[in-house]
Amino acid sequence: MTKPSEIRIPANEINIARRTDASIAVVGNPNSGKSTLFNRLTGLKQRIGNYPGVTVERHIGILKVDDVSVELVDLPGTHSLSAHSLEEHIAVDVIFGRMQGTKKPDGILAVLDATNLYQGLFLVQQLIDLRMPTIIALTMTDAAETSGVGIDIERLRETLGGVPVYPVVATTGAGLDRLRHAIAEMPSLAPPERIVVWPELTEVAGKLARDAKEPLRFAELERLLIDGATDANRLFLEKLSDDAQKNLEAERDSLFGFEPPIARDARIRYAWVREVLAEVQSSVPRFYSWRTHITDFLNRPIPGTIGLFVVMAIVFQAVFAWATPLMDLIDAAAATLGAGVIQVFGEGAVSSLIADGIIAGVGSVVIFLPQILILFLFIILLEDSGYLARAAYLMDRAMHSVGLSGQSIIPMISSFACAVPGIMATRVIPNRRDRIATILAAPFMTCSARLPVYALLIAAFVPAQQIGFMNLQGLVLFGLYLFGIVAGILTALLIRKTALRGPKPPFALMLPEFRRPNLQTVLIQLLGRAKVFLYRAGTVIFAVAIIVWALAYYPRSEMLAPEVEQQKGIAAYTLSGEELAAEYQRIENVAAAAQMEQSWLGRAGHFVEPVFAPLGWDWRVSSAVIAGFPAREVVIAVLGTVYAVGDEADEGTLSGRLKASTWPNGDRVFTLPMVVGLLIFYACCLQCAATLAVIRRETNSWRWPVFAWLYMTTIGYVGALLAFQLGSA
Amino acid sequence: MKINGNTLATLKRGQKGIIQSVDAVDPQVQRLMVLGLVEGAEVEHASSAIGGDPMEFRLFGCGISLRQEHAKFFKVSPVAAGD
Repeated sequence: MTKPSEIRIPANEINIARRTDASIAVVGNPNSGKSTLFNRLTGLKQRIGNYPGVTVERHIGILKVDDVSVELVDLPGTHSLSAHSLEEHIAVDVIFGRMQGTKKPDGILAVLDATNLYQGLFLVQQLIDLRMPTIIALTMTDAAETSGVGIDIERLRETLGGVPVYPVVATTGAGLDRLRHAIAEMPSLAPPERIVVWPELTEVAGKLARDAKEPLRFAELERLLIDGATDANRLFLEKLSDDAQKNLEAERDSLFGFEPPIARDARIRYAWVREVLAEVQSSVPRFYSWRTHITDFLNRPIPGTIGLFVVMAIVFQAVFAWATPLMDLIDAAAATLGAGVIQVFGEGAVSSLIADGIIAGVGSVVIFLPQILILFLFIILLEDSGYLARAAYLMDRAMHSVGLSGQSIIPMISSFACAVPGIMATRVIPNRRDRIATILAAPFMTCSARLPVYALLIAAFVPAQQIGFMNLQGLVLFGLYLFGIVAGILTALLIRKTALRGPKPPFALMLPEFRRPNLQTVLIQLLGRAKVFLYRAGTVIFAVAIIVWALAYYPRSEMLAPEVEQQKGIAAYTLSGEELAAEYQRIENVAAAAQMEQSWLGRAGHFVEPVFAPLGWDWRVSSAVIAGFPAREVVIAVLGTVYAVGDEADEGTLSGRLKASTWPNGDRVFTLPMVVGLLIFYACCLQCAATLAVIRRETNSWRWPVFAWLYMTTIGYVGALLAFQLGSA
Repeated sequence: MKINGNTLATLKRGQKGIIQSVDAVDPQVQRLMVLGLVEGAEVEHASSAIGGDPMEFRLFGCGISLRQEHAKFFKVSPVAAGD
């Protein structure tokens, strides 16, 4: 029985008792298994947002143990508290509690990779200097054991100032329960004892902190001495006494002399790490069986490079082949749904809006969900297995010769799914010129929204011949992907030779061991991507579908309806049965096409037709292209509508209509040169408002999105013009 | 201990060496030091990409890749093969 007094505990006391406010920062090296552990601990109870002013994703999850809930913040991976890249700056800012909009963490969950204690301990030692409640999750202990590394956990704990160490295997879940309870108890945990690894610095820090206006933590003094009075450290500087503020530079000079502080920091701490390793680790980790084989094979330059191309070819083949049955299913469902709506509501503006506008428009986009998921599945698998880093390594020399570094390869490969996450992934590139050149090259990569247009035109105009293990259609698709890559690389080269001239970018990259990706992590990421895509389909594309529908539906022609009735009447005299039904259908299709031609969209298409006529496009293609400028995936929906196929707006019929469509003089519109030109136009043109918005956000200026749009549209137009004019000549 | 102008860039594939000194002026070299390429560390040249650049080194079990232009700032004393 519950006593009433227990119910009347004030809410704030419950919070204290249950510590629901506690926030724990999850900190670790990149590739330390940090995100896998975070996903294991929080499951689907996660929020993904952005840090203010930047596009680094903020992952927050809730960990519940019994009636205690704790907030976990998964920070970007970092090697040191001396931040280097934008992501490292964010991690460090959150740890020090100086990140706007994110509260200071109450404790640190340090993720330490048992197979890479060397780099891991370098960071953990700095975390201990923070003197905050800290526990260590020792991940990949299974892999460490297999590769013959024994770790003396008790000794490790002693060397690290008494920090509790919890061995876990995130992939199987072993040890997770104990870790969960430890995290829940963490806010009441005593901070670790300080380990003095750098006595000179400790002494100078003590001197500096004398008479300070506000107390400083040792870690804050460390940042001031090592990184200097940077903007990020201003808050720490202001806590010092006026004298100490003035003397900071002199103290740093006497401490470091001519040696770069970062170099000294690395020398001293890694010397300490080696001492610890000698005590706690029984042997240096070795690569084991299947990893050794894969790594050795891919380590040979030529098989490695060939392997990379084979992997890419398999991905594209899978995207094209595996998705087809699922897409047919969605297609059939949308058609049935649309037909059902017309049946229930009858013909009219409302049912046309629902069936031809919303269902046909959104359906023609949702149909690409299978392809996008398959593509993202591969990208996530390649990333989590450590292969993408190897791709960056293998491609570095090639990228170097065009003025980029291997690090640009990851954003570019991501851009094959969508340029928006691809451009966001450029934040791992520290050099600004390199980053902007990559951002401008990324939209050339064939994104999943270009796929529908390619798929439609290829299915309609390229014969399905088998050539080796691929068919000709797949080969043409592969060619279009290559075209995008070449165009993107040439763009980067051009921009690095002109507007962004400068020294070639540096390159240093950790090459993680190959590892089996964790199913749960892969699924959580995949689900996140699906959500983002469906959200777009439900908002932007939904709105565009309605607008395009209205532009194509209105104004209604007064003349048409009586004329249709009259023709139907004539047909009824001469025909009967199925022939009559077919004739009715034909009359209605002709009427729909006539309606479309005099609608706002049709008029706009006619208006711009002279601009696109040199490319061999008629008003219908022109109006679909115009409608596609906010989001290129809309173009299929619009083509479906303008080609007046009504309820039969599935691709098969649409491609048939495209093949059959003619100019008033009877010549075919979709000739080979025209189709090639259209493909080139789509391969180049930047028809995506979301990409423009993300370029604006990432470069923090309108200059680059405007430039990218003008540049890409011009190339697309000129390319299509050349293809059509030269091909038709 | 013989150094003889050996650097990370001159290590042959499969050969190990211990870093003896680092010329840390280049910020990129400092970054590599933060990743653990400091005096006293034993490294093994694991692989090179096509054309010999960049190079991959194994350092306490983890792979790290860098370009030859940076590798030459790390002087090493090679460890005898078969060790």
